Amino acid sequence: MQDDTDFTEFVTFTIAGQMFGLPIARVQDVFKPARITRVPLAGAEIAGVLNLRGRIVTAIDMRHRLEVKRREAGDALMAIGIEAKGESFGLLVDAVGEVLKLPEADREPNPINLDRKLAALSAGVYRLEGQLLVALDIDRVLDLRAEAAAAA
Amino acid sequence: MDDLLREFLTETHESLDRVDAELVRFEQEPNNGDILGNIFRLVHTIKGTCGFLGLPRLGTLAHAAESLMGKFRDGAPVTTEAVTLVLSTIDRIKTILDEIEANQSEPAGDDGDLIEQLHRLMEHAAVRPRPAARVEAPAKPQPAPPAREEAKPPPAARDKPAAERTEDERGERRAGHSIRVHVDTLDQLMTTVSELVLTRNQLLEIVRRHDDSDFKIPLQRLSSVTAELQEGVMKTRMQPIGNAWQKLPRIVRDLSAELGKHIELEMHGAETELDRQVLELVKDPLTHLVRNCADHGLETSAERLAAGKMQKGTIRLSACHRGGHIIIEIADDGRGLDLERIRAKAIEHGFASEAEIAEKSEAEICNLIFVPGFSTASRVTSISGRGVGMDVVRANMEEIGGTVDLKSVTGGGTTFTIKIPLTLAIVSALIVEAGGERFAIPQLSVLELVRASAGGEHRIERIKDTPVLRLRNKLLPLVQLKETLQLGVSEGDDGFVVVTQVGSQVFGVVVDGVFHTEEIVIKPMSSKLRHIAAFSGTTILGDGAVIMIIDPNGVAQTLGRATPVAQAIKTELDASEDAFHEDLTPLLVFRAGSPQPKAVLLSLVSRLEEIDCRRIEVSDGHHLVQYRDQLMPLLRIDSQTGIKQDGAQPILVFSDHGRSMGLVVDEIVDIVEQRLDIEVASERPGVLGYAVVKGSATEIIDIGYFLPQAYADWFRRRDVLSVPLTRRILLVDDSAFFRDMLAPLIKAAGYQVVAVASAAQALAAVKSGARIDIVVTDVEMPDMDGFELAVALRENPGTAAIPIIALSAMVSAETIERGRVVGFHDFVAKFDRTGLIAAIKEQSDDLHQAA
Repeated sequence: MQDDTDFTEFVTFTIAGQMFGLPIARVQDVFKPARITRVPLAGAEIAGVLNLRGRIVTAIDMRHRLEVKRREAGDALMAIGIEAKGESFGLLVDAVGEVLKLPEADREPNPINLDRKLAALSAGVYRLEGQLLVALDIDRVLDLRAEAAAAA
Repeated sequence: MDDLLREFLTETHESLDRVDAELVRFEQEPNNGDILGNIFRLVHTIKGTCGFLGLPRLGTLAHAAESLMGKFRDGAPVTTEAVTLVLSTIDRIKTILDEIEANQSEPAGDDGDLIEQLHRLMEHAAVRPRPAARVEAPAKPQPAPPAREEAKPPPAARDKPAAERTEDERGERRAGHSIRVHVDTLDQLMTTVSELVLTRNQLLEIVRRHDDSDFKIPLQRLSSVTAELQEGVMKTRMQPIGNAWQKLPRIVRDLSAELGKHIELEMHGAETELDRQVLELVKDPLTHLVRNCADHGLETSAERLAAGKMQKGTIRLSACHRGGHIIIEIADDGRGLDLERIRAKAIEHGFASEAEIAEKSEAEICNLIFVPGFSTASRVTSISGRGVGMDVVRANMEEIGGTVDLKSVTGGGTTFTIKIPLTLAIVSALIVEAGGERFAIPQLSVLELVRASAGGEHRIERIKDTPVLRLRNKLLPLVQLKETLQLGVSEGDDGFVVVTQVGSQVFGVVVDGVFHTEEIVIKPMSSKLRHIAAFSGTTILGDGAVIMIIDPNGVAQTLGRATPVAQAIKTELDASEDAFHEDLTPLLVFRAGSPQPKAVLLSLVSRLEEIDCRRIEVSDGHHLVQYRDQLMPLLRIDSQTGIKQDGAQPILVFSDHGRSMGLVVDEIVDIVEQRLDIEVASERPGVLGYAVVKGSATEIIDIGYFLPQAYADWFRRRDVLSVPLTRRILLVDDSAFFRDMLAPLIKAAGYQVVAVASAAQALAAVKSGARIDIVVTDVEMPDMDGFELAVALRENPGTAAIPIIALSAMVSAETIERGRVVGFHDFVAKFDRTGLIAAIKEQSDDLHQAA
């Protein structure tokens, strides 16, 4: 029997057709976002704030974060709840898929020609049957300010 | 961490803080055996526990200190050198304790230096045979009391002392009935209560939509219980501000030694309580300000003597409560700010040009010291030049919704005044709308609400491109919230102006709509949004939506950007500061029906029109006119007022929410601005009463009577805010604190408030004929309580119909029953501010329906 630590369980989701994964240990919950209050003067990645069972969740628009095409009205919308440093975040994605248990050994480094924006947020790539899964580094995804500073 | 170790650290820290405060006193009165005993006990306990917990380094140091303290306790004279050494030893003990707390083990190191000095002093401190004076000292007080008793024998108190003493003793024993609770537990409790408040608000919101709900009564009870619970939990979090001051005597003592100045620290109001979260946040800024006073504020002894002052400089620290805020003052009697040097420095460092400086007032020059990067000390001293600047002090205060102001008198001293809210967790806020989004504005900074419309009495005007509002005798700079938040460009000049005060700056925030006030629970803002100065936090409303809380300080900053004009306005504001406080009411005087003049509050009139009589139509007995593409009903004040058959008919137009009503008058006489004292109340419907306006007795018309005649549902569609100044509330409470807290709240909801301190005053006010629509009274009051007041009001036919809302800290089933018998219309828990406004609104609505 293989040791469990050699595997990572990923919550998978899609953004603009691409499959992504986040380690299940970092995911608090998955929910359908409702009544997002937009926040004036906030960065473009911030979709707004919402009330999830009494908690205030900051919603981050992953399409903006990854700089892929804008969401249009009527597009499917789901949110992945993350707790980080005592705060709640919701990553807005298109759809949430199944949980996959993937061996650590299969994780490959980013291809060198990977989109710069995506490479900055990726912790590696898994080759699945028929498609690729990009494992996201959640801390880097949430580090909005470093990006902005680097861009400046 | 080991429970035992944690307990040890907590207790030791507490005793250390206590000893710190006493040490300074100890130096001044070396004979004080109590203080000596306390210090001895502290080091003794530490020494004992260290052996047990296996902390040899701390143990050795404490042992050496204990030996020396033992000598002093036995009567060896205490020298300044000894005090300094004991202080350094205690400092070292603290350092070691901090390390133990951080690493859970004793740090490596050697205290040989201190121990050697302690031993040396101990050897020199020969215990002299107690000198006669020393023996006499404790004996002295004994013969004194009889003498005092002879001087003024307390006649009635004679038989009391015994009873009092047992009472005291019992009190002391009761004080022992306290338990130690971890701060996290209290914080958790506060969070839970906050959630409860939210849920309560949600329920209230639901019930508000269903008029005859069975839930109403139990919900009212839930509401008061929630308010009581909220208050109780808040109380557990309250701590005396003295806790934040404990270290200051020691700091000042060290400073006076270091700087060679004689400094006395006076502390007043140390028992003033505030939320522990706020307390933590003010600790450092206070320390910095005190250091600053000692270092820069006070002169050296020589300078003081040369200036003809007492050699000893004084730093005075005081705290008190004032209407939901705590006011802390730090004052010194030193040299005051050196304005010339600030001016020179500002120019030198490029904070302002010479021309700009020349134009600034003294107060503005003083305020420059709060500008980031500004420090007036020509050399950086080790005391106040440690990177913490005055800008940080101000920023810290503003972060918690507070303000810092400063007054300086050259040669007379400097006074810093800090004003901070009592608690941060739950505040009352005004819910407004701008650019389609809702926002909360903390009520604490809101002075009043003004309705602005193009044709109305208050109109938004522009100086170049800067919007301003004429309010009474003042020009108010305006901020368009929609534009500040980049939610769009404001078209048209209609809206509500939320008159806001930040520090001494008063400005108006223009919003599209105003909903209601709500107790909101402040949730910290996401770290991703914290850089936005316009917001101070987030909150969840009763309907479940998340909204942003506006930070008036942040919004005020946008005023600064539109400088020269804003500056000019500010100067004008300062100049008319006095006029602002005078309560002038603009009145529109007209004649209708009779030669006697009539008047309405100008703020209610949106337009004066003259319409062509041919355009007046009659339909179903009602007069109507086409006005701005709508049919507007025309009303007459009484049957005597005729509608002209030809020519131009003057009318007063009252508008709200896109609907208008015209009041037919014979002629418009004048617009006057004066104090409105309605001297004689009127029984006639539609007339508030009579007042002397420009020398003639004038009928003051109650527009609230006519509006429902035009549209039956006028009031139902409007929120409380749209019935300004029509209902007059008599607030009765013996506590000045509650009067100060509730009166502005009721005013902000759009009512007039008369606040009195006793039931007797309330009766006098009512009997004097002043129009009172609703009485809000405290139940527990000395002399005559709320129940008795209700009975007295009911007995008098003139006042029997006035609705009474009772406020009580304790709402039990019995009090409610008793209240029902004496005729209370409603019962609200004292801290349930939302409930109070809802109750007033309900009674007010009932009055309208009755009218």
